Amino acid sequence: MVKLTQRLGGLVLRFAAFCAALGAVIAMITSRERSSFFVLSLVAKYSDLAAFKYFVIANAIVSVYSFLVLFLPKESLLWKFVVVLDLIVTMLLTSSLSAAVAVAQVGKRGNANAGWLPICGQVPRFCDQITGALIAGLVALVLYVFLLIVSIHHVVDPFLLRKS
Amino acid sequence: MAGGKTVLAGGNTKSWKLLLGLRIFAFMATLAAAIVMALNKETKTLVVATIGTVPIKATLTAKFQHTPAFVFFVIANVMASFHNLLMIALQIFSPKLEHKGLHVLSIAILDMLNATLVSAAANAAVFVAELGKNGNKHAKWNKVCDRFATYCDHGAGALIAAFAGVILMILVSGVSISRLLFNSNKFSTTKAPATATDVP
Repeated sequence: MVKLTQRLGGLVLRFAAFCAALGAVIAMITSRERSSFFVLSLVAKYSDLAAFKYFVIANAIVSVYSFLVLFLPKESLLWKFVVVLDLIVTMLLTSSLSAAVAVAQVGKRGNANAGWLPICGQVPRFCDQITGALIAGLVALVLYVFLLIVSIHHVVDPFLLRKS
Repeated sequence: MAGGKTVLAGGNTKSWKLLLGLRIFAFMATLAAAIVMALNKETKTLVVATIGTVPIKATLTAKFQHTPAFVFFVIANVMASFHNLLMIALQIFSPKLEHKGLHVLSIAILDMLNATLVSAAANAAVFVAELGKNGNKHAKWNKVCDRFATYCDHGAGALIAAFAGVILMILVSGVSISRLLFNSNKFSTTKAPATATDVP
């Protein structure tokens, strides 16, 4: 009975992480805004910044991986491999999220010392959608940290904590 | 042998030595990255504008504190090198304590968390540094590296050290996880093994 709830909990967490990563990808891809600045027209797309492209690619990889692992049978020998892959995927998520947040912070506040002006004042809806995508990425990351512990628990015997 | 108290990490097993060596290299790499970035500073006097025939000069400084991503980089690398130092000290001075399950589990989890921390810091810094090196014409951000070449070079060195630290931390996490799996396999068998313990 305990094992069944553990297995179900793991599946629910993984499905939620899949949804969060997919939501982050979709939110960032559909963010596109045109703003006219006197005679100049500025189109803000996510692909203008390399960090956002990396974020989209990393979260797409994570969502495909989560979807595939959802169907892994319980007694398969690949669960040891899933532990390593979960660690790699968590690192991918943290690195993409932190790179996108660093660049988005420059876009929002600018950098007075480098002479970079913030762009969020001109394209506010773009900025809001990017913020939403980053929040979804953060949710996926937190879920994956829990999933890492769950998959270690799956591989390691549940009696690990018993002192011999 | 009565009881199941096999000592996982005696001083001489192969995985113990491998883990210690990897940790020492990871400590050196993250510490080098933190120190090089923390001492990164360049001051230059530049001509900012020309009014008539009089050039107006301004003294500009490029410091790592100007960019929040670099501040996070320094802090994260300091935390990771401190973690490595702590683990090295733990491994050298108490090799016999490691057979308890919760101990090995917490070391593995802490290693994984620090690996992700260093990877996040290195990636954030590298993307912001790429913005500084190439600029971004869509957002009309000028590049910084053509004027502050030494600052950019030192920053690049710190980033390379941090990425080496990332790879080493991944290896350290891998070895810790394999010690965890080995430790749990030993405890889940009902008979104590008769031969000496050595990690495959």
